[in-house]
Amino acid sequence: MEKIVLPDIKDLHLIEVYIANGGYTAVRKAFGQSPDDIISQVKKSGLRGRGGAAFSAGLKWSFMPKTTTKEKYLCVNGDESEPGSFKDRQIFEFNPHQLIEGILITSYAIGAKTTYVYIRGEYHKWIKLFEKALSDAYQNGFVGQGMKEKFGTDFYCDIFVHKGAGAYICGEESALMNSIEGKRGYPRVKPPFPAQFGLWGCPTTVNNVETITNVPPIISKGWDWFAKIGEPKHPGTILFGISGHVNKPGVYELPSGTLLTDLIYNYAGGVPGNKKILCVIPGGSSMPPLRGDQLEGIKMDAESLKAAGSAIGTGGVMVMDEDTDLVKVLARIAKFYYHESCGQCTPCREGTGWLLKILNRILRGEGSVNDLDLLISVANNIEGNTICALGDAAAWPVKFMVMRFRDYFEERVKKEIKLPVANKVHSMRNTAFPLSEIKN
Amino acid sequence: MQFKFTQENLDKVNDVIKRYPDKQAAIMPVLWIAQAQNRWISNEVMQEVAKVLGINPEEVLGVVTFYTMYHQKPMGKYHLQVCTNVSCMLRGAYNIYENVKKNLGIENMQVTADQKFSLEEVECMGSCGTAPMIAVNEDYYENLSVDKVNKLLEDLKKSI
Repeated sequence: MEKIVLPDIKDLHLIEVYIANGGYTAVRKAFGQSPDDIISQVKKSGLRGRGGAAFSAGLKWSFMPKTTTKEKYLCVNGDESEPGSFKDRQIFEFNPHQLIEGILITSYAIGAKTTYVYIRGEYHKWIKLFEKALSDAYQNGFVGQGMKEKFGTDFYCDIFVHKGAGAYICGEESALMNSIEGKRGYPRVKPPFPAQFGLWGCPTTVNNVETITNVPPIISKGWDWFAKIGEPKHPGTILFGISGHVNKPGVYELPSGTLLTDLIYNYAGGVPGNKKILCVIPGGSSMPPLRGDQLEGIKMDAESLKAAGSAIGTGGVMVMDEDTDLVKVLARIAKFYYHESCGQCTPCREGTGWLLKILNRILRGEGSVNDLDLLISVANNIEGNTICALGDAAAWPVKFMVMRFRDYFEERVKKEIKLPVANKVHSMRNTAFPLSEIKN
Repeated sequence: MQFKFTQENLDKVNDVIKRYPDKQAAIMPVLWIAQAQNRWISNEVMQEVAKVLGINPEEVLGVVTFYTMYHQKPMGKYHLQVCTNVSCMLRGAYNIYENVKKNLGIENMQVTADQKFSLEEVECMGSCGTAPMIAVNEDYYENLSVDKVNKLLEDLKKSI
């Protein structure tokens, strides 16, 4: 099976090895064609964004205005803060030049003179590694003013690294742009979309690291080659990061549409102690969790996962075995979103806190069946009522976990609640409601 | 305490400013340079950053308080960041976190009396495939166990 993003070539991160393996030829080929040609090839290849929304990359590029007097920018999103995702760091470490080449082609296609690669602040090591690769590329004339001589074109572009400082929300494209502008990472109201009003009000495209790294092979080998890999509606390979209760956690590059059970049992070596799987979150902690007894036949691509009631997200698969305390997991997820909510929108700022409080109450053994409905109600009131998708991301895991594991959660609140039987109001001893409430 | 950039860092600051069309955009990288020099972002540092960039100190304050990685108080020489998010938690991160607390006798966001260690419970660090993990300042230590963590802490305690 062919690997596109992380091929098995030793020392590929070195510029000489990358060049010896056909590196920086795709960009040369691209410069021989018109930007519109490039966009149309990427569109036809079916390449979809790998950052979570799985939006068509070529279509996104085509939104950039053709006639404008303003500067145009490209932002590469390497914020990678979604719990369960650890794929972009592999690209920075093992194949940085393909990312750089992808940036050059993308910049040419959309007409951007400047690219900011936004890398999360915790990734000191990977920032260093990528900066080393970038400086080698500059010295060899592949980036910057040297491009004019190297490729014999008028086009040239610069690439800068912008280091984040620990804010999950900056992975949201408009928050990311605010962060680059030196502001707090507050998401912006859309529309206007980045292609109209992005960095400093100029047309901007934001793409994920993995998406951009897929571009050079599409140009060199042809869009029709790429479109044939994996599932037709979401072609190419995907970097699946699998973690949690598996024997061999790690990043696996596999064609889209790989069976989830194949990924868990064949590639990641199954569950330690041959335990049963209780729950799988297939695309990073924001995505709706799936029941362990309903994994058969689920394919890992955007359309199939949507049909299965979840989403591909960043391809970060988290596996939980039968002994996992799901309430604890869900409370931890809720804590994450409570911590990371930027605080602009009331439903998200307040709602995430309430989700956490209710889940902690259940965790302490003080929950009631009503709390489960309350969780779903709070989640429903966050979802869709916020500027950015963090609200949805906070609501989905709670809503779907409680809905899909209703039996598990009911067992939990019944088992540990101090006043066990609900709806027997005539007996003050046997009620699920706190006595103080009933007296009123 | 008065804060001034060293000449070397001032050169870095001027270099960074050139990457952006306006000076405000350089706040984050300049704060990183300041934190590397001063170890934490004091009011004086914010004043100086604002002065160097020609912007209001309030703008700098807004950024410093939004992003968790800018320290608003002096942290230890070894700032231990323990990830307890789901993937790490499933592989025993809370054991490690509690163990570090017990070993050093400090709670979240506290510093040991000798200023050598500080502890922070952090969100996902992107080490899910090599969980559980601790970051010591900028370096990741991955695939940990309680024993390995104790060994790591002993080594750090011995170092100067």
